[in-house]
Amino acid sequence: MKMKKLMVLLLPVFGIIGLIVFNACKDAPASFSKAVASAGLTLPEGFNAVAIAENTGSPRHMVVTPENDLYVHLAGNKKGKSILVYHVDGDKATLKSNFADFGGTGIAIKDGYLYASDNTDVFRFKLNSKNEVANPDQPERIVTGLLSRRMHEPKAICLDNDGNIYVNIGAYSNICSDFDPDKKGCPILDSAAGIWQFKANKPDQHYGDGVHYAWGLRNVVGLAWNQQDNQLFVMQHGRDALHDLFPQFYSVHQSAELPAECMFAIKKGDNAGWPYVYYDWMQHKNMLGPEYGGDGKKGADPKYIDPVAAYPGHYAPDGLLFYTGNQFPEKYKNGAFIAFHGSWNRAPEPQAGYCVVFQPFKDGKPDGKWEVFADGFAGANKSPGGAAHRPCGLAQGPDGSLYVSDDQHGTIYKITYKK
Amino acid sequence: MKIRYLAVVIFSTLFVADLKAQVKKPIHHSNTAVSVARGKIVYGKICLACHMADGNGVPMMNPPLVNTTYVLGDKEKLITIVLNGFKEDVEINGQTYSNVMTPHKDLTDQQIADVLTYVRHSFGNKASAVKVSDVKKVRVAGKG
Repeated sequence: MKMKKLMVLLLPVFGIIGLIVFNACKDAPASFSKAVASAGLTLPEGFNAVAIAENTGSPRHMVVTPENDLYVHLAGNKKGKSILVYHVDGDKATLKSNFADFGGTGIAIKDGYLYASDNTDVFRFKLNSKNEVANPDQPERIVTGLLSRRMHEPKAICLDNDGNIYVNIGAYSNICSDFDPDKKGCPILDSAAGIWQFKANKPDQHYGDGVHYAWGLRNVVGLAWNQQDNQLFVMQHGRDALHDLFPQFYSVHQSAELPAECMFAIKKGDNAGWPYVYYDWMQHKNMLGPEYGGDGKKGADPKYIDPVAAYPGHYAPDGLLFYTGNQFPEKYKNGAFIAFHGSWNRAPEPQAGYCVVFQPFKDGKPDGKWEVFADGFAGANKSPGGAAHRPCGLAQGPDGSLYVSDDQHGTIYKITYKK
Repeated sequence: MKIRYLAVVIFSTLFVADLKAQVKKPIHHSNTAVSVARGKIVYGKICLACHMADGNGVPMMNPPLVNTTYVLGDKEKLITIVLNGFKEDVEINGQTYSNVMTPHKDLTDQQIADVLTYVRHSFGNKASAVKVSDVKKVRVAGKG
């Protein structure tokens, strides 16, 4: 009898504890490996994180050379420079140099060149035999004049093995209603909301010199070339405001969870369907968008590609990296790490994301459920303005260490594994 | 026994906390207070998704409603923004915000007056109430 009373008394306590645990990283599949705290982050057992640099500015994407030099692209300038070079030695990072005067997101190394983008152009710098930039004041402009209209401006980049560079040009609109009031077809798709392919070595290319490689992608910040199946993978930021715009079809809760943030495996000519379709990760279905006759139930035209993996709404994937190192346990090999910047469009529900996720892969395709790899970036206040840190860029060191940038307060983390 | 004691303590703490939350603050039935209360409901339905519950907005995207002349200054300009929406980059305290705000002509004069009064009285803001007649004037003048 006493026990029963006790249980009744404790029920609300259990309920609250349950809620807290459940909300920790919402909808994450249960991960039973022990988590450890490290530099304020929680990681699976055996992993360790160190903040190797702090207050660097607003670091976006990064790349590491075989010599352990870490190139960091800042969103703006710090002391007038937008690319920082750190030499990393174990847990220590020393600022080696800084150069360039264009803030931006994209940065990559391929075939003896460092590539970096601002919101309209892509540049490259020749590297010497030690992968150092020889002439930091003389970038060569590869691509110029890409649209940048106040929304989804960053141009993320990656390169293939055949001398091409891929550039995201985000849609300067949430769902194109402002440009397509009569629903005759979104007119901005010819020059935005897609991926463009350019030559990696040809100066001053414009739209006309490039190939419109993929269509209907609202905004992509995380993209990477998968070496296993020699294919481009991108992470799309899904649309906002399903409930605000169509309360008759979507509850506040549905609007927080939908649409999915999607991973697409891209072939030339693919169309992911923005603004006409979105992906519902709870129904596992590509849906017709409500602006174009959808009602939360009608499926999309099958001519639009399905994602290869889907994640909860508004998590904001800003970094994608295929792990090819040998340091981490075998299951991570060739899988994908995704840096989720964290949501703002889930209010009044709690914000979510603000974590690095691992997506297992097999033979170049997602295989099995994703799991939260690194969490705790936001600290006590999981909100876009109040978060302590927000994950953005990912990079892999020559020894297989994983680097994560935080563009909120400029911390750079190095994550290592020890058996 | 100890566990039971602990359970009672936890439970009663929760209960008291809950009771406390229910204790009503004395309401001054001034027009402004009533308008603020109604405005809070409008805010929750229309504004909160972008400007956030604390009025701090979202960095780079949705401007804060705190400590800015856009909110605390000229009422006419503020009403015009609600009616017409906002489509330009706005710099507030050194940060630029660039998301498009949709027009809200569909709201009644009363709703706009209430929500703006709420915003001008919340998040640490202290500015005069916006009256229905203020909104009407802007709407009729065709500025909104």
